[in-house]
Amino acid sequence: MKVMLIGFAATIVIAFAADELLSNSGFSTPEVYSGPAVRLD
Amino acid sequence: MRSVLSFILVFFLAFPLVAQEQKVDRASTGGAQTLEDIMARQKGLSVDDNDRRNSTGGPGSAKGITDQLGTLGGASDPELWRAIRYGSANAQSASNGDLGPVLIQSAGMPWWKFREGPLRTYGGFLLLGTIAALLLFYLGRGRIPVDGGMAGTTITRFKAFERFAHWLLAGSFILLGFTGLLSLFGRAILQPYFGKELNSVVLIASKWVHNNVSWAFMIALVIVFVLWVYHNIPNRTDLVWIKQGGGIFSDAHPPARKFNFGQKIIFWGVIVLGASVSASGLSLLFPFEIPMFAKTFAILNDTGLPQAFGLGTLQTEMSPQQEMQLAQAWHAIVSFVMMAMIIAHIYIGSVGMEGAYSAMGNGEVDEKWAHQHHSIWYDEVKGKVSTKEPAE
Repeated sequence: MKVMLIGFAATIVIAFAADELLSNSGFSTPEVYSGPAVRLD
Repeated sequence: MRSVLSFILVFFLAFPLVAQEQKVDRASTGGAQTLEDIMARQKGLSVDDNDRRNSTGGPGSAKGITDQLGTLGGASDPELWRAIRYGSANAQSASNGDLGPVLIQSAGMPWWKFREGPLRTYGGFLLLGTIAALLLFYLGRGRIPVDGGMAGTTITRFKAFERFAHWLLAGSFILLGFTGLLSLFGRAILQPYFGKELNSVVLIASKWVHNNVSWAFMIALVIVFVLWVYHNIPNRTDLVWIKQGGGIFSDAHPPARKFNFGQKIIFWGVIVLGASVSASGLSLLFPFEIPMFAKTFAILNDTGLPQAFGLGTLQTEMSPQQEMQLAQAWHAIVSFVMMAMIIAHIYIGSVGMEGAYSAMGNGEVDEKWAHQHHSIWYDEVKGKVSTKEPAE
């Protein structure tokens, strides 16, 4: 049971890590689909 | 394997079109649409549009400068629009890469109709049918018991890391399954009852979960493959299991190693379908960056299989949007098959069989259960380790 909960927790951790990593690596939708002339912030 | 699965998809998608296509003599209209064309289209039948598709003008067919329309050059306005309509115009776009020049994307409508219709209908029936079949099985067979009752002593079946990998895969898959179903059925089922605003919030959240939890699924899939592939290589013992039907409909207990043949089917199903759904999922995660279908179809054409099935030569030149649409359709089809399989797996690992859940719960199984369901593995382990008394 404890291992199962750890597995579920790891799923959530990986999901947030993936979001953070991809967003900061230029893979966010606004960055991928905008040209250099567009200011995103 | 991806090629084979892609072929199956195309077969089911394209076969009705091939079967229903009607040849129409258009001599009376000089190649333009006929009443029969319009009527066939209204009935949803496929119409041979090659006359219009190929009638897009060109220098060779240009009228002389002194003839009527001569000043328009090689292509008239209708010819230009036909070229745009069928994607052969030399369109150029300063932005949006390969997507910009696609001004009319005809393949979007068949995909949309497939997604709204057969995909939802057959996918939904597959899941409901699987649940109904399991319910009937449970009513008829009941919970498969341990013959003679539990021994009371346990044996370690799965180590902590194996269970962690299993639950990482299971947890992520369940989340992906639910959010995927919400994405497909949300507008049809949630929106009429809960309104557009709530549906929108739910689907945006589902999309975030689906996109990001997918990485946990892919990581777990690799770990599970590495951990258990050795134990899931088919061997002669499986023939005995198959011969006795796994003891599913009888009281037989065919011998098995760590995994019996039924579990091997689940393992390879998860690995193969999981790899395929991951591939199409990556294609969807990074839109237009990982096109797969044109190349897959080209390989299939080389094998001659589509031609052998009467599908002709599969399309190998497609717009970026069409690649994405096929990826979505394939992603959903494979997912439905996986979900049906996993529902059955969850059933037999929980309510369907006495003593099965603890294998993944705390890693321990009753000795008698182990002896009855995995006798060879049990004998191997018993030769190495001693048993433990269960905690009071």
